[in-house]
Amino acid sequence: MKARVLIRPKEGLLDPQGKAVERALPALGFDGISHVRVGRLVELEAEDGARLEELCEKLLANPLIEDFEVLRDQ
Amino acid sequence: MTTFGVLQFPGSCDERDALLACERVGDARLVWHRDSSLDGIDVVVIPGGFSYGDYLRAGAIARFSPAMEAVADFAAAGGPVLGICNGFQVLCEAGMLPGALLPNAGLRFVCRQVELEVVGTRTPFTSSLDEGSRLSIPVKHMSGRYFAPPKTLDELEANDQVVFRYAGANPNGSERDIAGVCNAEGNVCGLMPHPEHAVDALTGSADGLQLFEAVARTGELRYSVAS
Repeated sequence: MKARVLIRPKEGLLDPQGKAVERALPALGFDGISHVRVGRLVELEAEDGARLEELCEKLLANPLIEDFEVLRDQ
Repeated sequence: MTTFGVLQFPGSCDERDALLACERVGDARLVWHRDSSLDGIDVVVIPGGFSYGDYLRAGAIARFSPAMEAVADFAAAGGPVLGICNGFQVLCEAGMLPGALLPNAGLRFVCRQVELEVVGTRTPFTSSLDEGSRLSIPVKHMSGRYFAPPKTLDELEANDQVVFRYAGANPNGSERDIAGVCNAEGNVCGLMPHPEHAVDALTGSADGLQLFEAVARTGELRYSVAS
């Protein structure tokens, strides 16, 4: 099966990467964009999708600072 | 004589300086990341750099190496472990130290001399230092912003687990100016600044040498008790 894992900085945590992107937008003429947060997308194929959450907790995300979401594609 | 083991991962870059710093106070050898034996080693140093390219998150992949599994056993048995910069990140990712290191608040790589206050002296690396004393040591990192939830930070302070704080300007936005912490037992210590780069007055400061001298001394005490 194919799956995508979305990893985001935890809410409330300062995300300097998102802030830098947000600050660059007005200079390019994109006004009215706020609350930009930058995370990661991991695409993978798994023979057995049962342990994907465990894999995320152990490696793909650091649960102390990041939230993750597993999207299983059929 | 105390024997130091300095870990070397693909992407480590400060292992030579760490080795030289250790050799000033004892014997030292490199431990390759695939080695799973720490036989004959009294103190483990996990040096700075970009282990495994720092892909995914700084320190995230190095924790799964055979050498780190050996370090986990070594630490569980009470062995002294010092993580410097990337080594600190590896120890946090491995769950051997509380908290995490996030990208610097200013989003810039910082490389400068900083003033550190010695806050905790119960680790073998700070046992001979005076609480409240200052050390001049360089930092050089991209992800050095120490983070832990407020409750954890309160616990760290209550349990005397904060070892170093930035005494001058906070270079990276670390919570409560924290530059280094230790585990609950005190034998595992991590810090972002580089004591191994401050062991000779020729390069600006020899303050960092005190950490290596302190742990070498605890080793000698142990041997005199054993013999």
